[in-house]
Amino acid sequence: MNLYDTLFWFFSAVAVGCALGVILSRNPVNSVLFLVGTFLAISGHYFIMNAQFLAIVNIVVYTGAIMVLFLFVIMLMNLNADVEPQKGQLIQVAGVISGGVLFLVLIAAIHKASPMPIDKQSIDIGLINNLGKVLFKEYVLPFEISSVLFLSAMIGAVVIGKKEPALPAEGEAQ
Amino acid sequence: MPVYSTHYLFLSLLLFSIGIMGALMRRNAIIIFMCIELMLNSVNLLLVAFSKMYVDINAQLFVFFIMVVAAAEVAVGLAVIVMMYRKVHSVDINILNRLKH
Amino acid sequence: MSQVVYLIPLFPLIGFLINGIFWNKMPKSVGGAIGTLAILASFIISLGIFFEVRSAAFHGPVIVNMFDFISSGNLNIPFAFQLDALSSLFLLIITGVGSLIHLYSTSYMHEDEGMVRYFAYLNLFVFSMLLLVLGANYLVMFIGWEGVGLCSYLLIGFWFKKRDYTNAAKKAFVMNRIGDLGFLVGMMLVIYYYGTLGYQELFSTLGGANAAVPSSVHSWIALCFFIGATGKSAQIPLYTWLPDAMAGPTPVSALIHAATMVTAGIYMIARSNALYNLTPGVLHVIAFIGLATAILAATIAIRQYDIKKVLAYSTVSQLGFMFLALGVGAYTTAVFHVMTHAFFKALLFLGSGSVIHAMGGEQDIRKMGGLGKHMPVTRTTFLIGCLAISGFPGLSGFFSKDEILANTFAHSSVLYIFGLLAAMMTAFYMFRLYFLTFSGTFRGTEEQHHHLHESPAAMTIPLMVLALLSVVGGYVGMPAVISHHNAFASFLGPVVKNFGVHHLAESTEWILMTLSVVVSVMMIGVAWSVNKKPQFAESTGFAKLLENKWYVDELYDAVITRPLNALSEFMDKYAERRGIDAVVNGVGKSVRWGSDRLRLLQSGQVGSYIFIMVIGMVILFTISFFWVR
Repeated sequence: MNLYDTLFWFFSAVAVGCALGVILSRNPVNSVLFLVGTFLAISGHYFIMNAQFLAIVNIVVYTGAIMVLFLFVIMLMNLNADVEPQKGQLIQVAGVISGGVLFLVLIAAIHKASPMPIDKQSIDIGLINNLGKVLFKEYVLPFEISSVLFLSAMIGAVVIGKKEPALPAEGEAQ
Repeated sequence: MPVYSTHYLFLSLLLFSIGIMGALMRRNAIIIFMCIELMLNSVNLLLVAFSKMYVDINAQLFVFFIMVVAAAEVAVGLAVIVMMYRKVHSVDINILNRLKH
Repeated sequence: MSQVVYLIPLFPLIGFLINGIFWNKMPKSVGGAIGTLAILASFIISLGIFFEVRSAAFHGPVIVNMFDFISSGNLNIPFAFQLDALSSLFLLIITGVGSLIHLYSTSYMHEDEGMVRYFAYLNLFVFSMLLLVLGANYLVMFIGWEGVGLCSYLLIGFWFKKRDYTNAAKKAFVMNRIGDLGFLVGMMLVIYYYGTLGYQELFSTLGGANAAVPSSVHSWIALCFFIGATGKSAQIPLYTWLPDAMAGPTPVSALIHAATMVTAGIYMIARSNALYNLTPGVLHVIAFIGLATAILAATIAIRQYDIKKVLAYSTVSQLGFMFLALGVGAYTTAVFHVMTHAFFKALLFLGSGSVIHAMGGEQDIRKMGGLGKHMPVTRTTFLIGCLAISGFPGLSGFFSKDEILANTFAHSSVLYIFGLLAAMMTAFYMFRLYFLTFSGTFRGTEEQHHHLHESPAAMTIPLMVLALLSVVGGYVGMPAVISHHNAFASFLGPVVKNFGVHHLAESTEWILMTLSVVVSVMMIGVAWSVNKKPQFAESTGFAKLLENKWYVDELYDAVITRPLNALSEFMDKYAERRGIDAVVNGVGKSVRWGSDRLRLLQSGQVGSYIFIMVIGMVILFTISFFWVR
């Protein structure tokens, strides 16, 4: 068992374990922290697959920005295990079963796929240099459009989150 | 036991299914949202694995764009959740059942 | 000249469009002038075409292609006009008699508020009729065929505020439709077996030894076409609509229900002579039906009291004569009688219109009498018409009717005897009508008596022109025994090939002619002596049977209408309400019930939606991965 395989199994175990933690922990804050762990493990996977840039971006954007945003919101609302709404036992079992069935169906569908070895020789495709060249040559239009998407998302978030002006009473509208 | 592409496939599917289970089991809107993020990330993982397998850089760019979209989605989604909390002082999605009528 | 043939139907169409669009804006006199001038223009062009067709330089039919009408696969039906002796002759009859009747109508309809609408219909009718006779294939003929049926309906029901009149219009329409179905089926058979509807293409392949088409098909096609003709030309069993059609204005009866439209069936069969020559059996059927109609209608006419009804039954009877002529294979004779009949029957109808006009709308001849003193022109022209239709020597009806009878005698002497019987009755009822109307003393009210007057010039001029034509019209077709050359038959000869017509010995023909003259003169005398002192007692026995038209309408009512109504009622009550309605309502109810249950699935809870979505995904994946291979 070489280093690569060891790291794969390690990161996989962390990712699955933390993912289970996300859905099982009662306290939302813990869920967020578990999700951070999952994302870190996935970033680790990116590292061992030589996708260094994506690994860094994943850590910075997801773990650093998005999850912190989640954390902020949760803390803003002062959510904790006591106010956490809980579904009935039956629903939870049904959710697990249906999720598991979906998993089994997908596994059954692809279990015959011939295992292809992961190419460990090409170490440079994940470099920021190469990614940047493709991104700004072939994907420049989607890139620009995504900036528009961001802008509209930002405006949307501001509009939604803005404090509503008090509605005028029925008669005053005239 | 060497690592093959199918390992990544199974791992990714497992994470995805866990995300689905979470979405089904929980009533907290934020947790459900987080589960969706988890599913997105499992797909990202698979894309990177395929990129590595086929030595193709395009898949990694797709991951990049998925992250972009996810970030925008989170911004709007969290705004919606905050709004909802402001209205009903709860993040329980079962309260939001007005679609029934 | 033949290249501008499209102008002939175009003028009436334009007249129809102008009158039809501005029917409520235009002054009456302008509408009448437009309508009359349109037909007159067509008549002038028709004259030009007729002389071109008559000239020695004219060879064979000229086909003028307007545009491709139906082009689908192997079937190609152009919208084309065919010019030959037959169509040019009919053009003349239609536009000539048509323009006279239009002129007459400008005066007759002047008091009517719907006069412009009337002229629009009349122009549309002439347009359709011209299409009918001009068409170079059965489809164009059928367009005209349906068009004249529509106009007939519109004009019979012209005074649509009276319920009886609209019912008469409906009756005419439905009866025509029954016949049209036969025509349609015939056309479909022709398309199926020959792949064309053009006269030229069809008739040239018909004669050849086309082994692929069984000969029984010819009979079926011929029979189907004849059914169409019985509807349009009012033959047994579809004749009852024509007497009822007298509900329309009198000039309409003259134009549509005497001179032109009802002869469409004769035109069609004469046009299809190549087909009918192959099917002697169908010709026999035609002869029998024609003769039966002639006799039946003549018997009914004897005991009618409505001036127009008498003329209507007389028309049916004369049409029967024409079909008799067709049935014995003498197509040219039938067309000859169409022409002379158009003259004198239009004259008689217009004359009756003049009488009705003078009587202020009264149509019952029991309330007339002695009108001759007040209306000399009408009386004289009417008398000429009566003499012509009775076959008085020297008048047009004499030549045509005599030719029919001679050809019938050559075919079968039994048919001849019955034909002579019908001719006898014709003379009797026509002069009964004449004597009751014009001679004797006036039997109407005092008020009507004061109102009696001769009609204005616009009405009397057409009467005089038609009277002249009724007198001289027959000389174009004098029988061979008199002139040694039947100009009419030789003119039509290239187009219409008579079938199985034997030439009689000259002496035989003279004897027959004398016999029919003696018989009709005798019947005129009988009519005079019977109606010298008219008595209108309640009729009994056989007369009552005749007065009630052999109860044919009642028979149709009992045999067809009532069972049909009962069936419809039954279907309405059970099949419709309990069957179809129940199914339809049941579907609605079950959908409502089902959605009421299904609605509960919409819990409004996001969690349950996700749950259902996941289950759906699982099912779809399962199907796509494990079932679909």
